This record gives sequence, structure tokens and C-alpha cells, in this order.
Amino acid sequence: MSAPFIWIFLPLIIGGLSLFITRERLATIVGGVTAILLTGAALIVPIDEALGFGSFSIKVASSFQILGRNLTLDAAEAPLLTILFGVAALWFIGAESVGVARRLTPFGLIIISLLVASIAVQPFLYAALLIELAILVAVPLLSPLDQIPGRGVIRFLIYQTLGMPFILIAGWLSAGVEASPGDLALTIQSTMMLGLGFAFLLAVFPLYNWIPLLMEESSPYIVGFLLWLLPTVTSILVMSFLDRYVWLRTSAQVISALRVAGLLMIVTGGIWTAFQRHFGRMMAFAAVAETGFILLALSLDPVTGLPIIFLLLIPRGLGLALWALSLSVLDSNTKSLHFSSVQGMARTYPLASAGLILSALSTAGFPLLAGFPPRLALWNGLSQQSLSMAFWLLIGILGLAAGAVRMLAVIVMADEKTVWASKESWAQRGMLGIGMIGLFILGLFPQAANSILDKLPLMFQHLGH
Amino acid sequence: MMITAIVSWIVVAGLLITSAGLLLYRDWRWGLGFLTGQYAGVFWLVLQHWPIGMAAAKLVGGWMAAASLGMTLLNLPQQQEPIEKYWTQGRAFRLFMVGMAALLAVAAAPRIEGVLPGMGIPVAIGGILLTTMGLLQLGMTTQILRVILGLLTTLSGFEILYAAMEGSSLVAALLVVVNLGLGLVGAYLLTVSSEEQTE
Repeated sequence: MSAPFIWIFLPLIIGGLSLFITRERLATIVGGVTAILLTGAALIVPIDEALGFGSFSIKVASSFQILGRNLTLDAAEAPLLTILFGVAALWFIGAESVGVARRLTPFGLIIISLLVASIAVQPFLYAALLIELAILVAVPLLSPLDQIPGRGVIRFLIYQTLGMPFILIAGWLSAGVEASPGDLALTIQSTMMLGLGFAFLLAVFPLYNWIPLLMEESSPYIVGFLLWLLPTVTSILVMSFLDRYVWLRTSAQVISALRVAGLLMIVTGGIWTAFQRHFGRMMAFAAVAETGFILLALSLDPVTGLPIIFLLLIPRGLGLALWALSLSVLDSNTKSLHFSSVQGMARTYPLASAGLILSALSTAGFPLLAGFPPRLALWNGLSQQSLSMAFWLLIGILGLAAGAVRMLAVIVMADEKTVWASKESWAQRGMLGIGMIGLFILGLFPQAANSILDKLPLMFQHLGH
Repeated sequence: MMITAIVSWIVVAGLLITSAGLLLYRDWRWGLGFLTGQYAGVFWLVLQHWPIGMAAAKLVGGWMAAASLGMTLLNLPQQQEPIEKYWTQGRAFRLFMVGMAALLAVAAAPRIEGVLPGMGIPVAIGGILLTTMGLLQLGMTTQILRVILGLLTTLSGFEILYAAMEGSSLVAALLVVVNLGLGLVGAYLLTVSSEEQTE
């Protein structure tokens, strides 16, 4: 038994078999139970240590060899696996309430297993190939059989696919830079390749136009799932590059580029959020800003920045899940998510509306909500480096907050004669309730997740110390 | 050695023809034919750096991707290719762009060869040519088949260059799976869009 078998091949096999499930409820149970069990396993099963049951003991090995290379998941990666599968469990369990479980469970499990493989593969440069495979699996997830593929799916496929070659070539060039650090031309080429690759993968400004298109074309829940998972794992790959190559993490230009890219994403994402007239597009731009927060935290001194990145992970996953679930509930009961269609729906779908507003406010860093502690820490860290940059961060956050307020204004703008009612199903109420309570718990007690987050820096040999 | 070099140059000329054909074709059968020929050229150039088994895997993977697209299109109702809304539809313009891409490949190849000595000028030209032509294709269309052919062409160009850098069997296997996956995704998207139109 090896760790890659448990957290990569097992979900891959279960995901593949789930393609044959025809009932929503069963798909939810399979997806939810699998993710919960894998979360529990990541929490309690020691890797590379003997686990005793009386006279019987087993040892979960950290490595698995495939085609001459290793897939390695050691004990340092266990907290990340806990977060990935734990948040995924929320997505899988919530999928039934919006009727996408039969699609999300199989493809979601396959995508997660491929992305975990991208974290595990040694050398880590090959991660780009596994991320690309996950992208390919995401296409049928985004474009179901009863829906004509739109421009968003096509652009998603193009942009994400173009990222892979750049990362692979950058990995090869980086090894050359490491061997001859004085070669300025090679360093520039390598940095450019790496920058372009991650710009495509993380949908850095201006390469994010597929995100709002997808939010209009596809199920908000499915798009939300991908917007949570793909940038999270890609960020880990960025950190792996910074950890591996000393010339990268000590380069002032690379740090500046990360900071500018992050701020551009936050500012443009925030401003566009404020001016949209479609709830889906608002979430899309807010997700862009969320990725910007990660890039901005990466640009800080690792001792300050790394804990902030990890602090962002859970609120980001929970916030996007709640936002996507709320949007999906509204979407399935109205013809579109344009302002004119959703106006006044708070009277008939109060919990979904509340979930929508709370998650939007959490993204904007509203106090008492999950997004507040990491944004405060980020702002504090950034202001120590540059006050003007901290000001631009404020602009972006104000844009996000303005978007949330506009959303609130539209959704409560109902005819006075409309009676209050809660038309959400019990399953939807339960999931929305859990999400909202979670946002408050993480906002009031950010230290609640410290036992997991504290160990995450151990994944990196140099960045975390 | 001399013969290998001559064949490589002939293959590069062949790649120019197939990639230009992919940009100019009107009938999908021609498009897939060009793609199939293109993979034969990719096989030869990759063979300069990889053992025949790994290079053959690339060839077979590419042909399987083309076959999956072909089988899907054969089973779909005959459709007229929609006229592009944008100004890049003219053949003269496309030919001009092909010329520019070829010029770029010839100009850039010595520099690429400088970064990676031993790659070989024909390999560098072939790689850059296909990458550029694929990107051109992607920039000119929103049609699913053409987008998939553009992506496959771009990746083929990249794979020619990358073969000179990396010889891992895992990378070779994953790249084959990516090519095949792109073919299958293209087949899926073509089927879905066709079913919707039929209804």
C-alpha cells in the first residue's frame, strides 16, 4: 500500500466507476463518502511509519514508481491533502442539491486525483502535463451533452493548454540557469517562459476572459468547483518552482512581477465586479481577484507570505463553494442571472440570497467573515513593503465590496406585495446553512484550522523556513 | 548522416505544406489528411533525438487523435462550414501569414539551436514552424475542429523542440495521452454541438 495509491489511484478508479452511476443521490453519496474518507485518512494515517493494529501492522509507503519516475506523497503533504479532499467533500455533498452530482462526482474525483498526482510527481516539472490532463477531463464536465459548447469552454481549453508547453520549457531552462547562474540571457528566457506559462494557467490579467464567459454558459456550481481547484493546485506549483530555484525566489524582478500581476488581478477583478449586471460574471471576477490575493501573498517575504497563502486556502474554498451553491439555487429558479431576472429573489430564496451576499462580503474581506483574517494579514504585510501598493489593494477590495452591496440592493428589491417564503429544498437549506456558519466560524476563530495550516510550510524545503 | 539531413529538410518542407494545408482547407477530410501527414513528419524529427519506440508512440498517438476526430465527423450529419465573421477569412491573407511564419521559423532556428546545441537546424525550424502555424490557426477561428487542429499542431511543434531537451518515457507517455485526450475532447465537443444543431 502506498500513499499515491490511496490519494491518487483510488479516487481515479472510483471516479471512473462513478461515470456509470445514473442516480443523483448515489453519486452524491459516493463522491461525498470518498472525499470524507480520504480526508480522514490524510488526517490519521501516518505515511512512511508503521501503523499497528494489535499484532498486525501496515506501513503506507510514500512513493510509487511509474515509467522510471516517482509519485511521492510524504507526511508533509498530508495537511494539503486534508484541505483538498475536505473542501472537495463539501462540493460533492452540495452537488445533489443543485442537480449536478452525476457530473461532478466522477469528473471531479478524476480531476482531483490528477491534480494530486501533479503535486506528487517527481521531478515536479512534469506537473504541467498532469494539470493539462485535468483540464481535458474538465471539458466534458463544463459542457454537458445537452448544451452546445460556447466560446468560454473553447477559450478555457486553448488558454489552459497553451500554459503547459511554456512551463515545461521553463523547467528545462531553469535547470540551465541553476547550472550557470551568470547567464543573464538564459535567466531572462527562463523567467519569461515561466511567467507566460503561469499567466495562462492562473488566468492572469488579461488572460482571464474565459472565466466570465464560462460563468454565463455553464453551471455556476461546476465552474466554481474548477475556479477553486485549478488555481489552488497551480499556486502550489508556483511555490514549488520558487522553492526549488534559488535564483527565482531571490530575483527582485520576479517578486515585482508577482506583485504587479496579483494587484492587477485584484484591482481589475474588483472593479469589474462592481460594474457587472450579471451575478455569474460578478462571481467570475471575484474569483479572479481571489487568485490575485494568492499571487500578492507570494510576492511578500516568504516568512510573512507563506502563512497568508495557506490562510487563504480554506476561506477561498468555502467562500467559492457557498457562492456557487447560492448562485446555482437562484439559477435553477430563474431564466438567467442578469439583474433584471434575479431582482427581488431574496423574498422567495432568502437563504440562497444570504449565502450569496455573505460569500461576496467574505471575498471583499468583511470583518467577522472567513475572508477577513487573511486579507488583513495581507494588507499589513503589503503596507510594510509599499504604501502605494496597499492603496491599490484597497481599491480592489472596495470594488469587491461595492459589487456585494450592489448584489444586495438588487436581490432585496422586491415588490412590497411579495410575501416572504423559503423555496429552497431542505438539502439546499442544510448546505447553505453549513456554508454560512463555516464562514462565520473561520472569521471569528481563524486559529480553528491552525493545526492543519501550521504544518503546510513543511512541504517546502526552503520557502517554509 | 548526409541522407538523414536531406530527409530532415524534405520533412520540414512537408511540414510547411501540411500546416499550410491545415490553415487553408475547406473540407474536413483534407484537414485530417494533412494532420495525419504532419504527424509522420513529427515522427521523423522526434526520431532525431528519441529512440524509435518513443517516437513511434507519438506517431500512433497523433494518428489515433486524428482517427477519433475522423470517425466522429463521419457519423455527423454533413454540415457546411460556417463562414468566419472576421476579416481573416481570405486565402491570400492566410498564405501571406504562412510565409511570415516560415520566415520567422527560419530566422529564429539558429538562435534556438544556439540555446540547445545539437538540436539541429531542421528540427528547430520544424518545431517553430508548427508552433507558429498552430497559434495562427487558433487566432483565426472559433470553430471547434479548427481549434482542436490548431492545438494539436501547436503541441506537435512544441513536442519536436522538447524531444531534444527531455528524453523521459513518462513525459513521452503523458504527451501522447494529452494528444489523444485533445482528439477525444474535440470529438466530444463536435458531437455535442452537432446534436444541439440537429435538435
